[in-house]
Amino acid sequence: MAGGKGAGGFLKLAVVFLAILAIGIGVFKPLINAQRLGLDLKGGVHVLIQAQSTPDHAVTPDDMAALERVMRDRVDQLGIAEPVIQREGSDRLIIELAGVSNPEEAIKMIGKTAQLEFKTSDGQVVVSGKDLKDAKAIIDQQTREPQITLQFNAEGTKKFADVTKKLASSYPYGDPKRAIGIYLDQQLLTNPQVKEAIPNGQAIISGGFANFEEAANLAALLRGGALPVPVQIIERRTVGPTLGADSLAKSKTAIIVGLIAITLFMLLIYRLPGVVADFSLIVYGLIVMAVLWGLKATLTLPGIAGLLLSVGMAVDANIIIYEHIKEELRNGKTLRAAIDAGFKRAFTTIFDSNATTVLAAIVLYFLGSGTVRGFAITLSLGIAASMFTAITLTRFLLHLVVGVPAFHNLWLFGVKEEQIPAAARGEI
Amino acid sequence: MNFNFDFVNRRKWWYALSLLVIIPGLIAMALHRPVLNFGIDFTGGNIIQVQFHQPVTSGQVRDVLDGLNLGKSSIQESGSNQFLIRTTELNEEQTNQVISTLQSKLGQLDLKRNEKVGGTIGRELTIRGVEAMVIAWILMIIYITIRFEFLSGLAAILALVHDVLVTIGFFALFRWEVDSTFIAAILTIIGYSINDTIVIFDRIRENLRLRKKETIEEVVNRSINQTLTRSINTVLMVIFALLALILLGGETTRTFALAMLIGTISGCYSSIFTASPLWIDFRHLSRERHRQAAVAKADTKAKTRKATSH
Repeated sequence: MAGGKGAGGFLKLAVVFLAILAIGIGVFKPLINAQRLGLDLKGGVHVLIQAQSTPDHAVTPDDMAALERVMRDRVDQLGIAEPVIQREGSDRLIIELAGVSNPEEAIKMIGKTAQLEFKTSDGQVVVSGKDLKDAKAIIDQQTREPQITLQFNAEGTKKFADVTKKLASSYPYGDPKRAIGIYLDQQLLTNPQVKEAIPNGQAIISGGFANFEEAANLAALLRGGALPVPVQIIERRTVGPTLGADSLAKSKTAIIVGLIAITLFMLLIYRLPGVVADFSLIVYGLIVMAVLWGLKATLTLPGIAGLLLSVGMAVDANIIIYEHIKEELRNGKTLRAAIDAGFKRAFTTIFDSNATTVLAAIVLYFLGSGTVRGFAITLSLGIAASMFTAITLTRFLLHLVVGVPAFHNLWLFGVKEEQIPAAARGEI
Repeated sequence: MNFNFDFVNRRKWWYALSLLVIIPGLIAMALHRPVLNFGIDFTGGNIIQVQFHQPVTSGQVRDVLDGLNLGKSSIQESGSNQFLIRTTELNEEQTNQVISTLQSKLGQLDLKRNEKVGGTIGRELTIRGVEAMVIAWILMIIYITIRFEFLSGLAAILALVHDVLVTIGFFALFRWEVDSTFIAAILTIIGYSINDTIVIFDRIRENLRLRKKETIEEVVNRSINQTLTRSINTVLMVIFALLALILLGGETTRTFALAMLIGTISGCYSSIFTASPLWIDFRHLSRERHRQAAVAKADTKAKTRKATSH
């Protein structure tokens, strides 16, 4: 009967281990390939732009919302998949474009200020880019010259109507004061005379274009949105795709070598429980990767480092448990009792030590930025997953192992027979 | 394995050893300006990494840059015909000028990296990093005080201050460049160090409950010996992972991994040789203070009794 039970136990154990192995082999690769990679791994552009407050206009949340819209339009025009555009603080915007083939070109497009302003002769801004609704490039039928037609929104139409009416009634035609200058990025494009009041919100920029394409590009820029406020690029990082691929390949090798070393080490030092720990680690890895994938988290190099470190913590949890089990065995407990007592005693240690690390990670998450945050996320996630697998899965697997009589040899658990009190020997 | 080393009775030696490692770093920090070799993440500036298609020497690159009058810049060869150029903060036109001049004077090149960090960002990063560290310490002391006792918290925090000083000290001494991942590394070291210390404190807590006859030194010694296998195995594991990262990983993670390696080794040392002995000393000090307070109280009581009896 004992033999029958042993065979059943072995079958169960084999099925569970093979299942873990199969899932590991089958799911790991697609999971890894599905991870979003950060700029440092994939290559791409990271730009931090800051909206500038001017003496007569402080940056408002509305401006930032408009700025964000404009940037999204511009990035969309570049045709980049999954751009990251997020606000930081009250006046900053982070733009991240992964996997751009020509990062410098992208920066140029993002960094274009395209501040459109209509100024009267005394330098007063009467209408600005944020009043603009549409811009189109056309060829004038009579002069054959490229032009841009502008259509203002309701507010802009009213402003434009007011000022043209005022200018037309105040100064005679031909007076320089009757002109409205059209400025793009503080540069005068054209300075036309106001013929008559314009109530319908239409304006035309003509002259100053070498060809139709130039007018079309400018129109696209204006349509994509003239910026509501002046901006400045305060931080930029572009990583060429080759450098990104290079560091990806290098960190992959580093991770694989590190993991193999850890696996072998566990196997040599802890023998059978070491094998169990290695299988627990596979499941741990799957959980972490699956959650990262589910969160749509972006994996950066520090993030990977955080993962690698949490692997260390996961192994540590197993080591703490196994050392307790060995101690209980040496005290003369039976295998099953030693495993249960070992887990029980290890739990508070693992909990207390991990809780303090998680505290640090939480602080990192709230105060850190960018990659440091990624690191905090992978670290806390890794710790949570490691506690779960160490306490539930490792225990479950060890119980399965103990269900196989052939595995009752204490050498397999790293304990020598002579270390066990004589009274307890032989009764397992 | 069963160990039976005496860890705590020679604690003066361990403290001295720690100081021997920390003090040179502090001196290096005092002598150098800036204190650490801060990368552009902190100081603000530009990094341009270029790969030439043909043989180019760093001298040639230097000549081209000197011709542009950009102020202080450093050139580092990062591969064959590949250079890492660090400059003070440049605007977009200046950056483009550098790249186009290099290209026109030295030939075809690939732009591998082109980074700019504003000086204000670096300052914010530093301030936030220090803030994060202090807040993390306070939370840890609170947690340990709740789960153990205040003196344990204090000893554990001092042990991790030790690890931070050792790590920063090495970076100050060898002038290794400090980038933004360094902050992440320091915070992880804190996490690791406290983790390691708590495993030992946890065992001390357990042993204190079990045996009442032993002296505190004996209990601590036994606790450290009991957890020693685990301490060594775990630190070896982390070292494997970090060595792999240092030797095989790219240069982007090297600073991080190096800081982690030093901090991890220091963390393992400090849990055994700093935190636990300090805890013993703190306990003795506080017992002594309590005893003296009790004596003083008894004295005043005796005096008042005397006074009233007269």
